[in-house]
Amino acid sequence: MATSETAVSGVGPLAEQEHEGTYAGGLWSWLTTVDHKRIGILYFVTGFLFLLIAGVEGELIRLQLARPENRLLDPEFYNQLFTMHGTTMVFFAGMPLIVAAFNIVVPLQIGARDVAFPRLNAFSYWVFLFAGVFLYASFFFGGAPDGGWFAYTPLTSKQYSPGTGIDFYVLALLLGGIGTIAGGVNFLVTIINMRAPGVRLMRMPLFTWMTFVTSVLILLAFPPLTVGLAFMLFDRMFDTVFFNAAAGGDPLLWQHLFWVFGHPEVYILILPAFGIVSDVIPTFSKKPLFGYPVVVFSGVLIAFLGFGVWVHHMFATGLGPIVNAVFGGATMLIAIPTGVKIFNWIATMWGGSLRFHPAMLFAVGLVATFVVGGISGVMHSSPPADLQQTDTYFVVAHFHYVLIGGTVFGLFSGFYYWFSKVTGRLLHEGLGKWHFWLTFLALNVTFFPMHFSGLLGQPRRTFTYAEGLGLETYNLISTIGALLFVVAFVPLIANLLYAWRRGGPAGPNPWDASTLEWTMSSPPPHYNFAVIPEVEARDPLWVRYDRETAPGEDVGARPLLQPEVPPKPVHMPSPSFWPLVLSVGLLIATIGFLTGLVVNLIGVGVTLIGLYGWAFEPAD
Amino acid sequence: MEMPTSTGIPNRKLAMWTFIGSECMLFGSLIATYLIYKGRSLVGPYPDELLNIPFITVTTFVLLMSSLMMVLALSAVQRGDRRMTKVWLFMTPLLGLVFLAGQYIEFSHFVHEGLGLSRNLFSSTFFVLTGTHGAHVAGGVLWLGTLWGLAMTGRLSEKNTVSVEIAGLYWHFVDVVWIVLFTIIYLLQ
Repeated sequence: MATSETAVSGVGPLAEQEHEGTYAGGLWSWLTTVDHKRIGILYFVTGFLFLLIAGVEGELIRLQLARPENRLLDPEFYNQLFTMHGTTMVFFAGMPLIVAAFNIVVPLQIGARDVAFPRLNAFSYWVFLFAGVFLYASFFFGGAPDGGWFAYTPLTSKQYSPGTGIDFYVLALLLGGIGTIAGGVNFLVTIINMRAPGVRLMRMPLFTWMTFVTSVLILLAFPPLTVGLAFMLFDRMFDTVFFNAAAGGDPLLWQHLFWVFGHPEVYILILPAFGIVSDVIPTFSKKPLFGYPVVVFSGVLIAFLGFGVWVHHMFATGLGPIVNAVFGGATMLIAIPTGVKIFNWIATMWGGSLRFHPAMLFAVGLVATFVVGGISGVMHSSPPADLQQTDTYFVVAHFHYVLIGGTVFGLFSGFYYWFSKVTGRLLHEGLGKWHFWLTFLALNVTFFPMHFSGLLGQPRRTFTYAEGLGLETYNLISTIGALLFVVAFVPLIANLLYAWRRGGPAGPNPWDASTLEWTMSSPPPHYNFAVIPEVEARDPLWVRYDRETAPGEDVGARPLLQPEVPPKPVHMPSPSFWPLVLSVGLLIATIGFLTGLVVNLIGVGVTLIGLYGWAFEPAD
Repeated sequence: MEMPTSTGIPNRKLAMWTFIGSECMLFGSLIATYLIYKGRSLVGPYPDELLNIPFITVTTFVLLMSSLMMVLALSAVQRGDRRMTKVWLFMTPLLGLVFLAGQYIEFSHFVHEGLGLSRNLFSSTFFVLTGTHGAHVAGGVLWLGTLWGLAMTGRLSEKNTVSVEIAGLYWHFVDVVWIVLFTIIYLLQ
């Protein structure tokens, strides 16, 4: 099997083996890679590019809103911009960057040599990439989708959106969803089944735990979206009447299906970030995580409750006071496990020897800004308050505080934490601190004024506003803040250049952290672990340190540190191009919905070739 | 063949179980939609004019028997009985094909009676729900047919038990979904 993981092949001396510590180079090796670290890098680079694109879209939106009655953008293009900004940030920047972290970190944290299904992992990436490129192709074929990232019917029905923009949206998300669900299966199985001896569930690092929870969320939340998108596709292309009120259909059904997905999606975006800071804060406080089981179960509880609150996105649709009250109450409950986590992080730092590395700054920044966004979230969990706030900039302020102050800060924290593990090079801490403070400033300058413009009644998704409503100052400040985000990127780019040209070697464990990913060289060898580790405690490196080495002793003396050369040859999965073939087949089949049945059938043919080539790829 | 895992469950088998969990949400959403829209069509033909319960009962029985064939196929593989493996792995997808033929006849009949896909809420929900199930059956037929081809060419042995077992998990799941669909669409009109 090409997925063989721990088998040890006994042929030939190691030096002659194809799979030693180094990588083959070249484009082909990247197109056929099944290595979780390389796939993680691909996810990161692609997700980062989409982040920049969606960031530019956000900047254009803010420039248009800088002053009243502005005519920088026309309304049609403005609609496309906010739709693409939201869709891209959620599906093609936020989630891929999170999955990049899953890929790079999870196998290392559980002591595995790869994920459970390396080829399926590559497939997930290619499908995501093609879905993103397909979505952006809409700009060149009659205009991008313009119905908001949630694409409410009947606005997005054929009658009111006759162009192909919405078709691109529907098809891109359907295609991308296939890869996402495959990824959910892969990481769930990896975490359940690929743990090294002694890595019990309640010894797993928090990031791995939150990956586990997020994978369950992905598996349960994406199918309702798939069904809703399929209905929309059928309504638009084959004249079915799912959302057609004239034929007795109910447009609200789309909202239900979308938000049954959409609210868990919010936790898909935030729980991994919580996992990252739960690993970073103990490392830079030199203390184990305070109340580990409580933090774990709070994450599980947030995910569980997350499936019972979707109607709070629909308070204004008139479902009645009983329904609204129940869902409002359930929403407020979520504040409890979230608050528990906040206090656990504070208690972890309490009395610790704190070191404000950029990773730590972003983690602490998350704790602070997420509280702001969390509290405004509790405010509109109350239906009467929400009826005043819904569809205003108050809501925009809320979710940017939680998505930037939560997800993006968490991801940047993880970036500064694991960059050295992936590349073997150290980043410049001073530049990292500039990056943090500028981002922190930009976030608050951009989005804090939106609370006020929102309460004054400025509606979302409207391309301009009239003079004399008291909105000018707030909007101008927000636009200045948005431009600060651009400035904040300068130290980040400079830091990447610094690491590339002058970054010092990181060594196995630059932060003296406690988990398994810090036991091997940086970057890790192809096989991750020369010897599969055996773990006896929750913070394995620290526990061993206390018992077996004197304080201040050389790091290399630690028993858990991986040997440079595997004592026995390691057998790793071979590269495969079938995941790419299969993904291309699915892309062609998707394009067929816009061009004609022949292309559909060609796509199905290529897909079948990919499937059979994959299934019958010879074992090595 | 299978590598050791933390739980002792083969990776592929665990993956199938998690995938089935995800599929439950897919069919759950489709079934919920069918139930919500039940009896809300504004124009005919209506379900009670068209649904042929005796006919579908027969095809339902055929599909359930295919699950029995699947059980026998797995058992044959497990005890290394190559001859019966070939027989049962042939019968399982064959009965699946009979079920699909029944679905084709039913769909054609409905269209002939004026119930096209876009006719009303019943047709939209019925065709998409049962069509999604039919697509799952078709995928299973392809999968099991491939396993049968492997068995015929002598490339399926006791070592491949898990390959047959996960195909069986999928097949039984698809059958269980049909029992639910048969109940809510045909029996509970």
